[in-house]
Amino acid sequence: MDGVHDMGGMDGYGKVVPEPDEPVFHEPWEGRVMAMNRAMGTTGTWTIDRARFFRESLPPPVYVSASYYQKWFLGLREMLLEHGLIDTDEIVAGRSLRAGKALARGPFTAADLPRVMTRGRFGRPPQAVARFAIGDRVRARNIHPMGHTRLPRYVRGHTGTIELIPGAHVYPDTAAAGQGEHPQWLYTVVFDSRELWGEDADPTVTVSIDAFEPYLEAV
Amino acid sequence: MKPVSAPAHPGPEHGSPLSDTDIRVRALETLLTEKGYVERAALDAIIEAYETRIGPHAGAQVVAKAWREPEFMQALLQDASKAIAALGHVSQVGDHLVAVANTAATHNLVVCTLCSCYPWEMLGLPPTWYKSAPYRSRTVKDPRGVLADFGVTLPAETRIRVWDSTAETRFLVVPLRPEGTEDWTEAQLAAIVTRDSMIGTGLACLPQGA
Repeated sequence: MDGVHDMGGMDGYGKVVPEPDEPVFHEPWEGRVMAMNRAMGTTGTWTIDRARFFRESLPPPVYVSASYYQKWFLGLREMLLEHGLIDTDEIVAGRSLRAGKALARGPFTAADLPRVMTRGRFGRPPQAVARFAIGDRVRARNIHPMGHTRLPRYVRGHTGTIELIPGAHVYPDTAAAGQGEHPQWLYTVVFDSRELWGEDADPTVTVSIDAFEPYLEAV
Repeated sequence: MKPVSAPAHPGPEHGSPLSDTDIRVRALETLLTEKGYVERAALDAIIEAYETRIGPHAGAQVVAKAWREPEFMQALLQDASKAIAALGHVSQVGDHLVAVANTAATHNLVVCTLCSCYPWEMLGLPPTWYKSAPYRSRTVKDPRGVLADFGVTLPAETRIRVWDSTAETRFLVVPLRPEGTEDWTEAQLAAIVTRDSMIGTGLACLPQGA
């Protein structure tokens, strides 16, 4: 979706403000939100792509004004409701009013900690021969899917060069929609900054994205 | 029309404009535990891991080793996941880590314009600025301006390569090793490898007064 989350190249947000000696969490609730997201993420109810889609689907004014972990909290709560794991009346009551549902991989217990601490694997056996090779010139397609996509707006319609091919990976666009993994070849595509931002752009800058094969067309 | 100047702090990136966030988070946790979906102690363990064990020291150890051992550097740049997994004890890095080394000619800078993708296993949880709108919006368009916000100025001819983390690949920058550290131990070197230098918003520098 062409959402406010797709921030690459937008102006007006001001300077980056680093915080010296920043704590891991600024408030205890931020840690609880992170942990609840990680824990529920391992129960097999939804994919990481679906979690991202719920966060980026927050209303734009909420997305830009809420803090990072507030977005995680709101996205998590929406997903729990959407998947029927909790109900609105229970949120109002602040407690459980009916029995929980069975989770695909069972509840998250302390014994599951290693599972959450190990990075997920997204590589999959390729379903077809790779359409592009390293060095190929490709154009990012001018597409505007209403669902989740990982093709940022600022590269659409622009031409770049394939530099790396990390392999075939879970396709976020279908995984986020609950339509399965449909593995696709992934390519690191590098763009000249003048191709992206015009002739006045800094010629010493190049920008790469990782693009799934359906995002690209031959030039 | 007169342009409106950008506010110094465009939005709350932490803290709580919603005063009852804390209460609502507690309520949700109660709900999830009463439903039997999560154990409270398991949540405590996740928080404890990120607060105490998983952090930039893992990445710094890898960079320091790469600086000292050309063979490890080569293996790291060829397949970072494999090279780090072979060390056995650093971090559960998974399959999709890519290490990119800065050179005198090229500086690497990592961002996630769409959300907050970051090499957690190497650097811990990302700092607030990395997840903020200013960083996510400007880095791909004005990386020198972003570096200036960090007090970093590169020579005008240095090429800048920005890596936008749009898939599950994660990027670790291997900063340039400062001159004068030729006989340093791995531990001494690791101490000067900052988190920001492994994102690309900082440089590895000799300590002040050294």
